Amino acid sequence: MIRFLSRLTPVLATAAVFLAGFVVCSLIYPNFASLRVVMNLLTDNAFLVIVAVGMTFVIISGGIDLSVGSVIGFTTVFLALAIERWGVPPLWAFVLILVICAAFGACMGAIIQYFELPAFIVTLAGMFLARGVSFLLSTESLPITADLYAHLSDHALRFEGGARLTVPALVMLAVVIGGMVLLHLTRFGANVYALGGSRTATGLMGINVARTTVLIYILSSVLAGLAGIVFSLYTSSGYSLSAVGVELDAIAAVVIGGTLLSGGYGFIFGSFLGVMIQGLIQTYISFDGMLSSWWAKIATGLLLFAFIAFQQLTLHLARRSRRAPAGVHP
Amino acid sequence: MALRLPRIGTSQIVALGLILVANWIVSPQFFDIRVQDGRLFGSLIDVFNRGAPVALLSIGMVLVIAMRGIDLSVGAVMAICGAIAASLADTHSLPVVLAAALGAGLLCGLWNGLLVAVLGIQPIVATLILMVAGRGIAQLITEGRIVTFTSPDLAFLGGGSVLGLPTPVVLTLGMMALTLALVRGTALGLMIEATGGNPRASALAGIGTRFITVGVYVWSGLCAALAGIVASADILGADANNAGLWLELDAILAVVIGGTSLFGGRFSIILAVVGAFIIQAMNTGILLSGFPPETNLVVKAVVVLTVLLAQSPRLGGHFAGIGVLFKRSKSGGKRS
Repeated sequence: MIRFLSRLTPVLATAAVFLAGFVVCSLIYPNFASLRVVMNLLTDNAFLVIVAVGMTFVIISGGIDLSVGSVIGFTTVFLALAIERWGVPPLWAFVLILVICAAFGACMGAIIQYFELPAFIVTLAGMFLARGVSFLLSTESLPITADLYAHLSDHALRFEGGARLTVPALVMLAVVIGGMVLLHLTRFGANVYALGGSRTATGLMGINVARTTVLIYILSSVLAGLAGIVFSLYTSSGYSLSAVGVELDAIAAVVIGGTLLSGGYGFIFGSFLGVMIQGLIQTYISFDGMLSSWWAKIATGLLLFAFIAFQQLTLHLARRSRRAPAGVHP
Repeated sequence: MALRLPRIGTSQIVALGLILVANWIVSPQFFDIRVQDGRLFGSLIDVFNRGAPVALLSIGMVLVIAMRGIDLSVGAVMAICGAIAASLADTHSLPVVLAAALGAGLLCGLWNGLLVAVLGIQPIVATLILMVAGRGIAQLITEGRIVTFTSPDLAFLGGGSVLGLPTPVVLTLGMMALTLALVRGTALGLMIEATGGNPRASALAGIGTRFITVGVYVWSGLCAALAGIVASADILGADANNAGLWLELDAILAVVIGGTSLFGGRFSIILAVVGAFIIQAMNTGILLSGFPPETNLVVKAVVVLTVLLAQSPRLGGHFAGIGVLFKRSKSGGKRS
């Protein structure tokens, strides 16, 4: 039991930071601790959580995906054009864009796998490509006026006090739960962890490394596409410059959530909490009204540093405790 | 193994030449250079002038990448140092302004270097911290405004000229010469290549890998500071939101085009600078040809993929020309 708990230490630390932050905010602003603030936190950050779930899979497998922000931008532009100009029914447009994203992810995964190139630079090229194509499609902000969009943004689970659990938030919660099941309870999830531990050992164990790698990048791109759909629902528009830099927010959230960037270790729920902490900082700044937005960046940077230093420390301690018994029993 | 510059640089220099000729085809006045007020003007000069910040960044980046690292923070460091330079320019003398801005770059580099070398954090994560927080710090310095200045001393660094060449180009060449003298004039370059090739073996061979790692990140911070000063001086102001935005990616791209393997090991400073000018020549060409500037990113993506595939361990040697280059660089920098 103690071993199980110590395995969860990073997530517990993240949860403690989130709760402590929430309590501090509530003590300063009495209106803060309301269901409405929590629900807004879920809605405003829904697309980021969805991306972060995909990023968690990629990072646990030892890779990185820098293209997700651009994929979101591309998705919103594509949806706006498909629905408004080309007259595609919204649901078909959703299916179409997810298929395109899957193909895009498959290409990146295949290049990483078969040409033995660093994920960092391949997905960087993917980032340029997706952003460039969305610029080519349109550089304007395009409103989406389809009935489905109006209907979906109107639809929400209502609670007392004006709190609403919106469709983006519901989709996000479903993705988090689905991601947890996929990562922690299926064979695919176990393979992802194994890949992050050692690619060679994974291959020797008889796991299909190529298939798993390609699937991981497909998953990440599809989730980025889904995040794009949610983003377009949230803003009711498509814009090629939307979601610039989201990949960094997602990576930061994953790291704050306790996932090791070297791979092999991490949790979906931690990433969810990581996004929520970033959202909490934003909400605090908007409640304060006097603080400027750049404090959010500095605070995120400090948190990143604190969590990474904490990770290095635990790794160091783990290595030492592993080394000690070996010395006792030679 | 030791001497290779003239032989392996051919493909990059040919590529730069081809792009310049392509620019000349779409815009016949491309090579026209006129002298006005003792300074050279023309599209060709403009390519080098506009390419200077990325070229400066790539000088630091190539050393970091040769050590198997990466420095994502250079764009944010540019913003910080540009903001410092712009906000001090009108109240302090030029030496003070430069010392403050370069000192800030040095501190940023030192921070990155300590995180990587002492705390043992992977470079991509360690520099991500400053990449995220740095832009916030820059905005803190400018208080979220676009700071402008009128000091002619600082403006000279962006818009002036030395011996007819624009100052940014002269600064870039100067920085390149200084770095070459430091790295290739001593055993430092060999040690960097050795550490990038195999850090453990190098440490066992008695190379102070930790010290060199910190030094390389400090150098990258200094280069970024200089690039930030030049960028600020060029627009007579500092925009913390946009200064150096995404330039870290261009700098990495320039290094990769310059043939330095991302797996560490062999590197070439001159070719990285050539790579930066290749990128700028492409940008200028797209603008001149009347294609929408939006095509720029797609072209860049295609270039990255082409260079990468040529660099791939699987394909090494199958491409004549570039292939030979990458096959050679592979032997020095294969992942252990």
